[in-house]
Amino acid sequence: MDLTLESREEGDRTVVAVGGEIDVYTAPKLREQLVDLVNDGRYHLVVDMEAVEFLDSTGLGVLVGGLKRVRAHDGSLRLVCTQERILKIFRITGLTKVFPIHESVSEAVAAQD
Amino acid sequence: MATVELLIPPHPAHVRTARLVGVAAARRTRLPDDLVDELRLAVGEACSRAVALHSQQGLDSPVVVRITDDAEKLVVEVCDLGPPPGTIGGPVHELLRDSPGDPNVALAFLAGLVEDVDVQANGGGTSVRLAWRLLARVR
Repeated sequence: MDLTLESREEGDRTVVAVGGEIDVYTAPKLREQLVDLVNDGRYHLVVDMEAVEFLDSTGLGVLVGGLKRVRAHDGSLRLVCTQERILKIFRITGLTKVFPIHESVSEAVAAQD
Repeated sequence: MATVELLIPPHPAHVRTARLVGVAAARRTRLPDDLVDELRLAVGEACSRAVALHSQQGLDSPVVVRITDDAEKLVVEVCDLGPPPGTIGGPVHELLRDSPGDPNVALAFLAGLVEDVDVQANGGGTSVRLAWRLLARVR
């Protein structure tokens, strides 16, 4: 399955809902979306991963790159994920220490930086 | 013993092809379901790395994926013709931050993911060998 991306604004946050497979082929689309948002001045991002079916290290690299970009503007990048198979990938790579991971979009949007 | 051999063009779109074939071959064996998920991710990582190296070197030659199972083990070998990986190590989250786009980050990721990983120089390239123990056959 291909990658799907939908973004919407919720107050000063931008929620990016990602679906499908994030891999070496599709990750550039996600990178482009995150870069565009930061270029448009959206520095507080919530990436909703609930519909992601596959995630590899290229995808993780794009998320880390996004975090670096928003932090350069004192922004934030929060993830929403409750899927065990995806959470496991964040755990084995040590990225649970790098990203705040929330159980719902409303929780992530309400979180204070 | 059964062997499935696949040659994929060095294009990112075909990494998914390799994952699908890897999973289909694994489902024919007695590999536990949670390890099929692990294999899907591991085959993708090894092939992403190989495809990126071929692409960086301007090589058109295919990446070879060989999946072999016997009574005890399932082995996936991914062979490329890229430069040797050198030493790469350390926490993956730091490598992703400090070396974005380095295909060899996949090797550090694989080391944390799969228990039995072996990386060897092989005929001008590298062979990444991933192995999983199969469930015993019920007699």
